[in-house]
Amino acid sequence: MKFSVTVTLKKDVLDPQGKAVLNTLNNLGMNSLKNIRQGKFFEIEVNEDNQEKAVKKIKDMCEKLLVNLIIEDYKINKL
Amino acid sequence: MRSSVIVFPGSNCDRDIAVALEKMQFKNQMVWHKETILPKSDLIVIPGGFSYGDYLRSGAIAGKSLIIEEVIKAANSGCLILGVCNGFQILTETGLLKGTLLRNKNLKFINKDVNIKVMNNHTRFTSKYETDQVLKINIAHNEGNYFTDQKHLEELKNQNLIGFKYCDDKGNINDEANPNGAIENIAGIFNKNKNILGMMPHPERMIDKLISNNDGLNLFSSLLN
Repeated sequence: MKFSVTVTLKKDVLDPQGKAVLNTLNNLGMNSLKNIRQGKFFEIEVNEDNQEKAVKKIKDMCEKLLVNLIIEDYKINKL
Repeated sequence: MRSSVIVFPGSNCDRDIAVALEKMQFKNQMVWHKETILPKSDLIVIPGGFSYGDYLRSGAIAGKSLIIEEVIKAANSGCLILGVCNGFQILTETGLLKGTLLRNKNLKFINKDVNIKVMNNHTRFTSKYETDQVLKINIAHNEGNYFTDQKHLEELKNQNLIGFKYCDDKGNINDEANPNGAIENIAGIFNKNKNILGMMPHPERMIDKLISNNDGLNLFSSLLN
């Protein structure tokens, strides 16, 4: 079973990288931009047929290593 | 005093720390991260560098390595732990210190000598300094922007757990003297029991007037007491 995990900075955490990307896109003339936040994306394949169990495993991976819960949020999606 | 310096692939300040410790007559041992037994130590140092190339997040992979379980056990039984730069990042990833280190506000890797103020000298790490003493210490990092939640920030302030703050050469703590955007200019913090110190500046680079200054020396001599 394959899942995606999207990791984003929490709303109130400053994202200087996203801001630099936004400024550069503005410089390229794409000036209708409102906001950009940069994040991380993981594609994870697990040996598990039961979706509920698989999601539980991925959640565990996120909270133990992939995500810094102080500053980041995450979303799990089935692919 | 017996000390251990933990070495990860990508650590690059481990030998500088060892030189500083040996200069102060510590009996030091280098410990590779794959070890599962920690030599008996009064002090454990997690040095600076780029453990695992900063993959995932700075300190994230090193923070889950085999030896870290032993470091956590030692820390919980009162052993002194010092984390410098990447070592500070690793300590936050293990949970031994709260908060985290974000990318520098200006997105630049900063390598320069900065002024920091000693905020509390009633600790095992800082007793040879005066409170409010201004030190000039080198910083060299890309993720030194300390961040924590309001509740923990209050705890740090109320319990006097802030070790050092960035300041100007007169000791004024303001935005201009903040190199990386760290919350309230924080450069180093203690845990609740004050047996763990994490700091971004490199005291081990300031132990000899011949190459820099010796403002970092008293940190190591404090630990000897």
